[in-house]
Amino acid sequence: MREFDLAVIGGGPAGMAAAVAAKKKGLDNIIIFERDNVLGGILNQCIHNGFGLHTFKEELTGPEYAERYADMVRELGIPVETGTMVLNISPDRVVTILSSGRGVEDIYARSVVLAMGCRERPRGALGIAGYRPQGIYTAGTAQHLINIDGIMPGKECVILGSGDIGLIMARRMTLEGAHVAAVFELMPYSGGLNRNIVQCLDDFGIPLKLSHTVIDIKGKEKLEGVVVAEVKDGKPIPGTEEYYPCDTLLLSCGLIPENELTRSCGIAIDPLKNGAVVDDRLQTSIPGVFACGNVLHVHDLVDHVSAEAAKAGESAAAFVRGGSAPEGRVIKLIPKNGVKYTVPNSFTAGSLDDEPHIRFRVTGIYKNAAVVIKCGEKELFRRKMRVMIPSEMQDLAVKKDVLAAADADLEIMTEGDIS
Amino acid sequence: MVDVTVIGAGVIGCAVARELTRYCLDVCVVEKETDVCEGTSKANSGIVHAGFDAKPGTLKAALNVKGCGMIPELARTLDFAYRNNEALVLCFDEAQLGGLRELYDRGIANGVEGLELLTPEQVREAEPALNDVAGALLARTSGIVCPFEMTIAFAENACDNGAVFRFDTTVKGITRDGSLYRILTDKGSFESRYIVNAAGVYADTIHNMVCEDKMKITPRRGEYYLLDKEVGNTVKRTIFQLPTKMGKGVLVTPTAHGNLMVGPSADNIDDKENTATTSGGLASVKERAGLSVSGIPFGKTITNFSGLRAVGETDDFIIKESAENFIDAAGIESPGLTSAPAIAGYIADIIVKKDGLHPRSDFIETRKGVKHFAALSREEQNELIRNDPAYGNIVCRCETVTEGEIRDAIDRTLGAKTLDGVKRRTRAGMGRCQAGFCTPKTMALIAEKYGIPLDSVRKN
Amino acid sequence: MTKELICICCPMGCGLTVEMNGSEVVSVTGNTCKRGDDYARQELTAPMRTVTTTVRTADGVSIPVKTKEPVPKDRIFDCVKDIKAANVTLPVRVGDVIAANVAGTGIDAVAARSV
Repeated sequence: MREFDLAVIGGGPAGMAAAVAAKKKGLDNIIIFERDNVLGGILNQCIHNGFGLHTFKEELTGPEYAERYADMVRELGIPVETGTMVLNISPDRVVTILSSGRGVEDIYARSVVLAMGCRERPRGALGIAGYRPQGIYTAGTAQHLINIDGIMPGKECVILGSGDIGLIMARRMTLEGAHVAAVFELMPYSGGLNRNIVQCLDDFGIPLKLSHTVIDIKGKEKLEGVVVAEVKDGKPIPGTEEYYPCDTLLLSCGLIPENELTRSCGIAIDPLKNGAVVDDRLQTSIPGVFACGNVLHVHDLVDHVSAEAAKAGESAAAFVRGGSAPEGRVIKLIPKNGVKYTVPNSFTAGSLDDEPHIRFRVTGIYKNAAVVIKCGEKELFRRKMRVMIPSEMQDLAVKKDVLAAADADLEIMTEGDIS
Repeated sequence: MVDVTVIGAGVIGCAVARELTRYCLDVCVVEKETDVCEGTSKANSGIVHAGFDAKPGTLKAALNVKGCGMIPELARTLDFAYRNNEALVLCFDEAQLGGLRELYDRGIANGVEGLELLTPEQVREAEPALNDVAGALLARTSGIVCPFEMTIAFAENACDNGAVFRFDTTVKGITRDGSLYRILTDKGSFESRYIVNAAGVYADTIHNMVCEDKMKITPRRGEYYLLDKEVGNTVKRTIFQLPTKMGKGVLVTPTAHGNLMVGPSADNIDDKENTATTSGGLASVKERAGLSVSGIPFGKTITNFSGLRAVGETDDFIIKESAENFIDAAGIESPGLTSAPAIAGYIADIIVKKDGLHPRSDFIETRKGVKHFAALSREEQNELIRNDPAYGNIVCRCETVTEGEIRDAIDRTLGAKTLDGVKRRTRAGMGRCQAGFCTPKTMALIAEKYGIPLDSVRKN
Repeated sequence: MTKELICICCPMGCGLTVEMNGSEVVSVTGNTCKRGDDYARQELTAPMRTVTTTVRTADGVSIPVKTKEPVPKDRIFDCVKDIKAANVTLPVRVGDVIAANVAGTGIDAVAARSV
């Protein structure tokens, strides 16, 4: 059986950053398994700009960002096996891989970084009534068809969901000659970044209709149109129905971390974020198995993915070289009022970084509110936040001393009113 | 001129065609859609019913029980997914235990084996996820089948034995020309000695082209939820509800491939093409299924769909020679899927007797389906990859379907021409991402095979 | 006159308040960094955008392309048209010019991926 110090599952931005970081920490025997034929993951189809402002201090497109990391992987001599699907990971880190060149093979990894990314919520999971014709795509599938395969899914388009991919695809479809009638969003706020509303919708006069959803799909073989209605408390308001003829319906209604391997490995999943339960080293409930990027929790910015993944890679390196878990008390970090989830789920008091990051999302729109970390009644940390919205991940760097002061589990919460 | 024309390539038409190819007959199957299994056969519960439901003495009762007995062996010879997972009919009200007893007695009268009335304790032990019941009927011969695979298996085997399939061909009229029928289609006309009407919800249209006594088939729409395999083991058995004054219940069942399925609703409609789901229909399924299992994780739904049952006016299957050499297989509602092989035998008998035929000696009894990579042993998988590296490329990651399987599905007898065709033969795109990732790759493989541009590849 | 803008320079998407005197920008507030100030002044006088699209090579491969610098917003469609019309043959390196002086903007459109 082939043996590796670190097997990285997935060669997208998270996997590449983890491998690079582990290598820089002196780990030599690393392998990246990538199911596609090239490195880069979803970035390869994200041809728009806006990536890399934190990591590279310049604005890059997705493929450029991916290529920078792929170059690092190559320059550092990290082996990559593309066209390789990981079928299983056992709790003792035997990884079963499949490729046309090697068939089905078990390898042993002293550490594993999970970086499988996420998938899009499909139509079926949304429960939209109506027919199931040709012409309904998740935004990412349409993005692949247009940007990689070079074909247009249609000419007259409606977009449901205002996630960033949906907004980006509204512009992309428009630039490619299609007409985008509108973007509809079930929630009263956008699921994507404000800058994307400006440069992808406003620039092209595409309306964003909040508190609206598709309630019926017409056309038995080919999509003919959709019925849209305004919603209140999640229910369509009778009388507000409007018919939009279209041949394409794109769905950008949320992303789901792809944790099937994680689950079958027996790793504990945090239902609040649909990703593994991790400590501050991004180690999962199984020693030596780390998680990062969109498989851990869905990010909005690849720059955050790279930073998080680097931490996972460094932790894997430390695990392999140190062999055992760091000493110290485990302090749980529990999301409370207004905080949907956190990464990490816990800290180990004895091995804190100088400035551990806490990444989280809020459950509503907060303006001029604060994030507070408490230990029992004692307030350990407070930061004012001008704006926090559910679609933007928050990334707090907290001083080590603050957490080290904890003598019991921590609670993180917002303070202020939802606006 | 052909000997027998089967109108409709659903499970009944394909099973009949296969059965007829046992004899020296030229068999032609005419289908208005692009593929087999495009109507009722593709959107149903996939249950192999034990046969306690139908009234004793009816064709339904006899053919159901017979079909249920045939399917396990057919699943082996024709290589389609089948599991004998048993079924429970739940009774929630002690006052209705008599109804359960009636069902049991009916089953015995129909010749169903392995029936047993269970106590609430036995039910709880058998299926811990169920809500409290007053009692239940256990049907040990009940099973689940993949309806696509079963239909496709019949069709491929029929084709291997010489049946000719004409797709995208709609029957527009039928005339009698001496001892022959002339079948007029949108792709020209041809003559046939016999006609088997297996046109599903359109069986009345076909019947009325030939027969004096008019028939009416009402489409009864059933809407379903299909849930992620992650929760496929919520129940082990197929869970029915004893019909109450609140109406006929819905079932909760694992599928032959390990998903969880919940449904169907039952609404008579006018439009024979209307397979749309409705918010009302889905809501009622959800509500009524909650009676059996209150904790169904509907958040794990991966798709909804609806199908039309072809309901006749006689409360029984209509299988008979309705006019000279014109044989109806009409009103084949549930348990039509289970009964399909028995119906095929019944219809073949009519023709065989009239023509005094003997079986061919060169009939090919078996058929191998698309090899499902994920279901093979490690050794078999590696053997496959050594012979064809395409089996080492995963195309559908959710269902672990390889490029080799998709190529096989496209290249084989009556191969897939559309994304849905590939899906029903391989399960590529049937998983939790619902074809988000594999669509472009599958499209490319279809485009390559048929030499068409990528954007001409159809979903259905 | 006051105008409200959302800065598109980075994902923060700061809400900018711009005091105008006719077509002249008097002051910008709400920005967190210098770029917000620059953006508001630019956006209200001559808005600029980076254009990204794809071009198909003779071999039928899709290559991502971007304008090296932002171009006038009202020239976006002209740029896409020019890029689509470019003749590209493999191999392509990231940064290779695909369409020089795209749509007469003085800006080059370059490949965003090596193939």
